[in-house]
Amino acid sequence: MKILMFGWEFPPHISGGLGTACYGLTKGLSKIPGLEVLFVVPKSFGDENQQAVELLGANQIPVKITQIERELKFSKKLHYIEAGSNLVPYTTPEEYFNLSQKKLKGKNIYIETNAEGCIPFSGKYGANLYQEIYNYGLVAAQIAKNYEFDVIHAHDWLTYPAGMAAKQVSGKPLVVHVHATDFDRSGGSVNPSVYRIEKEGLDAADAIITVSNLTRNIVINNYKIKPTKVTTVYNAVEPVHNGHQNHIGKADNEKVVTFLGRITMQKGPEYFIEAANKVLKNMDNVRFVMAGSGDMMDKMVERAASLGIMDKFHFTGFLKGEDVFKMFAHSDLYIMPSVSEPFGISPLEAMQTGVPVIISKQSGVSEILKHAIKIDFWDIDKMANAIYAILNYPALSKTIIENGWEEANNLRWDESAQQVHEVYQTVLSKT
Amino acid sequence: MKYICFYFQIHQPFRFRNYSFFDIGKDHYYYNDYLNESVLQKVVQKSYLPTNTLMLKLIKEHGSKFKISFSISGSALDQFELYAPEVIESFKQLAQTGNVEFLAETSAHSLASQIDFSIFKKQIQQHALRIEQLFGVKPKIFRNTELIYSDQIGAEIYKMGFKGMLTEGAKHILGWKSPNYLYYNAMQPKMKLLLKNYKLSDDIAFRFSNKNWDQYPLTAEKFAFWLTELNPKEEVVNLFLDYETFGEHQWADSGIFNFLESLPRAVIKNTPFTFETPSAIIKKLQPVAVINVPHAISWADEERDLTAWLGNCMQNEAFRKLYGLSPKIDQINDPKLLQDWEYLQASDHFYYMSTKWFTDGEVHAYFNPYKDPYEAFINYMNVLTDFAGRVNSFVPDTSENKEINRLNGMLIEKITEIERLKEQLKRMKKKVS
Repeated sequence: MKILMFGWEFPPHISGGLGTACYGLTKGLSKIPGLEVLFVVPKSFGDENQQAVELLGANQIPVKITQIERELKFSKKLHYIEAGSNLVPYTTPEEYFNLSQKKLKGKNIYIETNAEGCIPFSGKYGANLYQEIYNYGLVAAQIAKNYEFDVIHAHDWLTYPAGMAAKQVSGKPLVVHVHATDFDRSGGSVNPSVYRIEKEGLDAADAIITVSNLTRNIVINNYKIKPTKVTTVYNAVEPVHNGHQNHIGKADNEKVVTFLGRITMQKGPEYFIEAANKVLKNMDNVRFVMAGSGDMMDKMVERAASLGIMDKFHFTGFLKGEDVFKMFAHSDLYIMPSVSEPFGISPLEAMQTGVPVIISKQSGVSEILKHAIKIDFWDIDKMANAIYAILNYPALSKTIIENGWEEANNLRWDESAQQVHEVYQTVLSKT
Repeated sequence: MKYICFYFQIHQPFRFRNYSFFDIGKDHYYYNDYLNESVLQKVVQKSYLPTNTLMLKLIKEHGSKFKISFSISGSALDQFELYAPEVIESFKQLAQTGNVEFLAETSAHSLASQIDFSIFKKQIQQHALRIEQLFGVKPKIFRNTELIYSDQIGAEIYKMGFKGMLTEGAKHILGWKSPNYLYYNAMQPKMKLLLKNYKLSDDIAFRFSNKNWDQYPLTAEKFAFWLTELNPKEEVVNLFLDYETFGEHQWADSGIFNFLESLPRAVIKNTPFTFETPSAIIKKLQPVAVINVPHAISWADEERDLTAWLGNCMQNEAFRKLYGLSPKIDQINDPKLLQDWEYLQASDHFYYMSTKWFTDGEVHAYFNPYKDPYEAFINYMNVLTDFAGRVNSFVPDTSENKEINRLNGMLIEKITEIERLKEQLKRMKKKVS
């Protein structure tokens, strides 16, 4: 079985949540005998040294593709294609700066993606973006003509048009994978253009995979999709085996509670601040850290200042890579108070580092986690109570850390891949 | 003559309200009155009252051939007094027939036997006194919380004047032996033991309404027939059940009341068995052998051990912190504080903190107010922190007290060290010989 997979990003180029999920899933899939993945990402070529193959489609859109045999750290080689496109995803302001400094051919559209691979859609990209997304679809059609495959798999709305185009050309079944919808990203004020692309993709799909039942319900209710078409396959993490021994020693008498993520409405940063304020009224030897950046950052700084807790409340700005790990290692507690979180891999990473977590019930990951404290994002009293308990009752954090470490490491991509494989088999049996 | 010992456990804990850390030091009321009252009312209406009425009828019908026994925890009695005094009246009626024996247990339904025999004994005396006052007879038989038993517990209980004790017929202590005889304690041969026949007990308590069970439906005649199939030499079948089995765990529409109503007739008519009280059975039968139980057992789970209550580090931490207060409690006479001390000890609180059930996902505790063990632990520790604060303000840490505590700590350390060395010595001796 050969899968033509359309992604948005792929490590190590970008290491956001969507890229990480695609990587883990592809790795898991490659362990299944007889299954091959052809992975396509949009990429603009500025680097002439790459061995690009130029294809000229009938539609006169020049399509450049680079095929690279990428060695994953396991048995099989991955067929990885970078398709010439004017869309350039980036995650951090620094990356944007580096990219735009390179002399790239043509007019490029730089699209900011967040750690989950979602686009914080402000409309600043204009109509051009949609044109480019559909152009990527034309590239996809070209690829579909030139390669053989059995199933098309598209990740999130930016690649749906590509998936649909490939389906049109080849007549092969399309599986779309929903990592997030615009309802999660926008907090309710859905962008109609994005919604239309999402809706078209979901309608065209032969099967839909969602990362949680929370997302599954949104797909069914808000996009009017037949429930039988939608399967939930939870995300996983790469196992870490020396996790909780790695915890960096620090001052015993001071505890650190961390929020790590974009400071946007979706992530619920204000609830974290309000809970912190409540805890600080009853306890002194604790610090709160808000790591990340986002459009609500200034407001959050103002709020913390007006509560008069800035001596105990710290903003670090955007963290990436090694710094994320360091932040976890310095934390006694990680909180994800998201208002709407399709899945949420970061609590799993915290658990793997030996940090207990409090997560909102409005997150997909709360559907599978047992060894975490679950609260409603708006219930700041309960959040404060749980923070206090974890910091003050050592037996509690010890139990959660030990069980959570094991639980997180048992969520394997191999199993998720197996379930995705079953979805492939179902759509194939129907054709 | 062969006997069935038909014994029922009645217990309701005082469940805590949602007690957050904001309340610590500010609000000293811990209980969820609404929940406690509504659970109790429900169980009273569905189970206790109708079953008592039926029991009374059966006693009138079968006379001396139908006798039963109960143990009612102190907190259950408190709740009856608060919310359903008619239940106590109905138990008094049963007591007056003379066919009903009331057993002693710890008033708090506590796990005190696992940490401190002096507290344990005090709670038993309290409970025994209350039972005597209510029902007119001094209890002669003891049953521990969750049927927890060990050689040492049995011997201590004998010293208090009890002649018999109920416990679990756990496979790992019985081995090839049958639970259907009278046994005796390994340290005190005069202490008689009645062991629960968990197969026949659970057929009624757990499997009765299970449609996937190959013996479904269970009728009184079928049950009586099983009794006739037992080894003819066996003398006693101990059926130990939660009283809520009738009408609550097994709902009325499962036919459980019909089963109970026809059981005595079927048994008395078709088998050599009659229903007898534990104290009569230990007089009438001769114990056949000793039972060795060096490590405590209970009636819970496949393992029949205590890990459901004291199995993870949260449970152990809460347990240690709670009983760490006991030296100070001895110096307190404030009734409100002492009552909270009782209710804090209920085994249920520790059961709610168990992480054992995570794997099978089943709900193991009836009316568990918590969604998960972490929530249970957080709430308990918040309550305990407030309670400890009150205890400490009542009995401040004087330098003298501190010194006593320090010496106590040293003493315990020494004792555990001696135990460890003894164990080592034993092993060495074994190796040598």
